[in-house]
Amino acid sequence: MTTGDQQMRDFAGNLAMPTFDSTAFNGRRAVKDATVSIVTTAAIHRPDDAAFAHDETSYRTLDRSDRAFTLGHWSPNFDKSGFLADLNVVYPIDRLEELAADGVIGAVAPRHLSFAGNQPDDVATIRVDSGPAAAAQLKSDGVDVVILTPV
Amino acid sequence: MSTLAHVFEAAGLHTVVLGSNRMVAEKMLPPRTLYCEFPLGRPLGIPNDHHFQRSVLTAALTLIETATEPTIVDYPTVIQAETEALSCSMPPRFDPDLHPAVDEANGLRKAYDRGLARRGHTSVGRVIDADGVAAALLALDRIANGTDWLEAGLPNTDPISTVHDLRAYYEEAALELVDGPTPGGRAAEEWFYEKTEAGAVTMTARRAMRSAQAPRAFWYYMAPGHRR
Repeated sequence: MTTGDQQMRDFAGNLAMPTFDSTAFNGRRAVKDATVSIVTTAAIHRPDDAAFAHDETSYRTLDRSDRAFTLGHWSPNFDKSGFLADLNVVYPIDRLEELAADGVIGAVAPRHLSFAGNQPDDVATIRVDSGPAAAAQLKSDGVDVVILTPV
Repeated sequence: MSTLAHVFEAAGLHTVVLGSNRMVAEKMLPPRTLYCEFPLGRPLGIPNDHHFQRSVLTAALTLIETATEPTIVDYPTVIQAETEALSCSMPPRFDPDLHPAVDEANGLRKAYDRGLARRGHTSVGRVIDADGVAAALLALDRIANGTDWLEAGLPNTDPISTVHDLRAYYEEAALELVDGPTPGGRAAEEWFYEKTEAGAVTMTARRAMRSAQAPRAFWYYMAPGHRR
């Protein structure tokens, strides 16, 4: 039997998708002195923030202390009950705090970011506009390492 | 997500993706991917399992410290989505004069309100709030019975948003009624579409819109793609 997840993986894997001539790669880095940020594509946002439009290419900024979020992703094709039960299964901010407290990483970034994963196929805006803007914001916060989480 | 990893790495950041689709990772080849074959929607694997979530993050951070070239590594544990519907108490039929889906939704209201009070926020609200659930169900029922979808009384011209809110209302209520650990991935989806009156009305309306040749974009995403 083809499960919903398997069917969606097959579907998404065969969509047109952007290509990159090469992969930027910055080599190895110790994490014990790194400031780490989470960037999710789950389209989570604070309830009082503007909801994500279905084709939105911009992002929301999540303060390190925020824990109340709505899941704004438009796709019906993934499980949402896990997020309802535990924010960390999508946005592992509490686990990251624990890693910092235990000295595994240097620090938790003051701000984290949320994009919507359902993007136009060429993701042009993210490549040339909102993505570089997000990178600049992360760097201005002193971020060294980014963990990206989907839904 | 892979695109963001490319952009961020080019800007000088070190990135690691918790990948949910190996085929996409292989085609787009972001700098570092920890491929996590977990239920879609649960990139850290298991709700409320701190040890498991931490092990996933640790594996991801290990790639930052060890990878010397663009890399895809499989997380060793695979978790499949649930194929069975979650099991929870359902309200008994109370008012035979109401449409069964409306009666059902009314019966779930206290559970929904408990969840809202506990969390302090809700995902219901894209186009309706909880008070609009009954009218939305009746609009879908009219579509299911042949009324043109643009004349059925939906809160706007986007049935997908209506169904989003209905499903969120039901799933938030259901989680308040489940005993034990959080159900597996897609168990709540299976419950909504296969076990509830609201899910039945939704799927009948979706099929009616398809038969009436409504634009695909307005009916297809009323349910996950594998549902017919």
